[in-house]
Amino acid sequence: MLLFWISAIVKIALIVGTLVNMAAILLWVERKQSAMMQNRIGPNRATIKIGSLEIRAAGLVHSIADGIKMIWKEDWEPVGVDKFLYRLAPIAALVPPLCLFAVIPFGPTLYPDHARDLYDASWAQDAMRAVPMQITNLNVGVLYIFAVAGAGVIGAALAGWASNNKFSLMGGLRAASQMVSYEVAMGLSLVGSMMVYQTVRLDEMVTWQTQHCWGIFTQPLAFVLFTTAAIAETKRVPFDVPEGESELVAGYFTEYAGLKFGMFASGELVEVCTSSALLVTIFLGGWQLPFVQLTGFEFHALGIDLSWHWAHFIVVIVGVLTFVLKCAGLIFMQLQIRWTLPRFRYDQIMKLGWRMLLPAALVNVLATGMVLLFLNGGAHS
Amino acid sequence: MPGKTKVLKKPNRSLAEQAYLLEIAKGLGTTLKHFWQGTSQMVSGNTPDAVKDPWADGIATISYPDEKRPYAERWRGVHRLTHRDDGSPRCVACLCCSTACPAQCIYIKPAEYAEGDARHGYERYPELFVIDELRCIFCGFCVEACPCDAIRMDTGTHMTAYDVKSDFIYDKAKLMSMVSQHGTQKSENPRHEPGDPTHPGVDRLHGGH
Repeated sequence: MLLFWISAIVKIALIVGTLVNMAAILLWVERKQSAMMQNRIGPNRATIKIGSLEIRAAGLVHSIADGIKMIWKEDWEPVGVDKFLYRLAPIAALVPPLCLFAVIPFGPTLYPDHARDLYDASWAQDAMRAVPMQITNLNVGVLYIFAVAGAGVIGAALAGWASNNKFSLMGGLRAASQMVSYEVAMGLSLVGSMMVYQTVRLDEMVTWQTQHCWGIFTQPLAFVLFTTAAIAETKRVPFDVPEGESELVAGYFTEYAGLKFGMFASGELVEVCTSSALLVTIFLGGWQLPFVQLTGFEFHALGIDLSWHWAHFIVVIVGVLTFVLKCAGLIFMQLQIRWTLPRFRYDQIMKLGWRMLLPAALVNVLATGMVLLFLNGGAHS
Repeated sequence: MPGKTKVLKKPNRSLAEQAYLLEIAKGLGTTLKHFWQGTSQMVSGNTPDAVKDPWADGIATISYPDEKRPYAERWRGVHRLTHRDDGSPRCVACLCCSTACPAQCIYIKPAEYAEGDARHGYERYPELFVIDELRCIFCGFCVEACPCDAIRMDTGTHMTAYDVKSDFIYDKAKLMSMVSQHGTQKSENPRHEPGDPTHPGVDRLHGGH
């Protein structure tokens, strides 16, 4: 029991700490990556001076400077705001993406008693001595994710409503309608995956992919649909009409300053992380590296029989690293898309959501069902 | 009566373009190419010299205060008053520049050289020569108007931002201290001082025309 509580607290602290810091790091990645794409040098002037030593860290210091600025900036509240909702909104915007990570498995289960041994399936019987690399293993997995992701809209809507500003209200309205629309396509696009995996638990999804093949090969259309919907959920370019600065100043967070604005901004970046983690878990095999089993490296194909046994803790570390690297790749891709595509018009976004993604997701469900029925020989499974 | 209607041609897009996904991939290809180019240049330190070769591929910007692009030879910067050989201003306080100035930012208080000075009677000198650089519109009319090549805008420096408004009022000493792009305080045009053999010897007091 003690192990359970300690590991749970450590995991929560680790995940939340990583995610919040990832927001600062992504701020830098975004600035530097866009600079490189646009043939610019990018941020590099913020300096930490220790004696004659000057630390610029290729612009990473700017993130620290931004953090300090946001904390010390005057927390200004406009007249006539709904004070309670106005203060609640940034929290409601930042917390859901952080909570999303609770059910995402980021590595194989660790058995601390057998750290140096070769994996054995019998360890799993002693569940009290196991540390799953997942904060909590909910049996509703994906449904929990839809619920919490759906709650993300509350922050934007509240901010728009409570700010007592017409631009904010328009932004909040747009955010609400856009996120609700894409929630539908997002949910339906995963139905096919749930049918293939026969489960909604994320750890079992990863296990299925370890035993068969990655989800992107069984559900390629769902991958595209879910990626689109996930980018739309983050409210970033090309889906950033809620904050479209050319018409709405800054949309639903127009009236926010200092750390409250920072919470909206970092909430967006944390959302990028969590959507990448979700994509990795459901479509890219989670923490699984090809040819690496729980016992180590195994390659049995083309007449070659390669077996290279690793101690248990090495397999766990490799798994976690694989997950982190896969997430990093997807985050990179999302940022690249953000700096490549222009902003869609509002009606285009609605059209894309309801008239392209939704029917495509329905067709995907139908096709998946037909193929599964055919594979099972027409029997109920 | 119906007005003239202009019929816009629908863009002739193929199905692949309409589907948008392929085009996204193409766009990502382009941006990734630039990303790779820029990153490899930054990591290896081989950024092209944007000052010398502004059209080179890759990083195209410069670190401004550290690196500067050269100004053109005839670019109009902050004014300077050119010197004579003895260090006094070439200006003869004829007021041509302040008259030509459309912004009325030049104030000159002319004064006579003392009795006995070789220049006495031939020319005057500016006791005060003040330019309000905040008013100046950098049109260069003063330079065009000057008959003595005494005021120039070839310093190659643009107006600095000061904290106090009075700092923008450049007096004679400040204008005399400015240096041209090539480091000289003089002018290459010849100057004929009163008493020189080349000097026409016509003066204001004694006539001669």
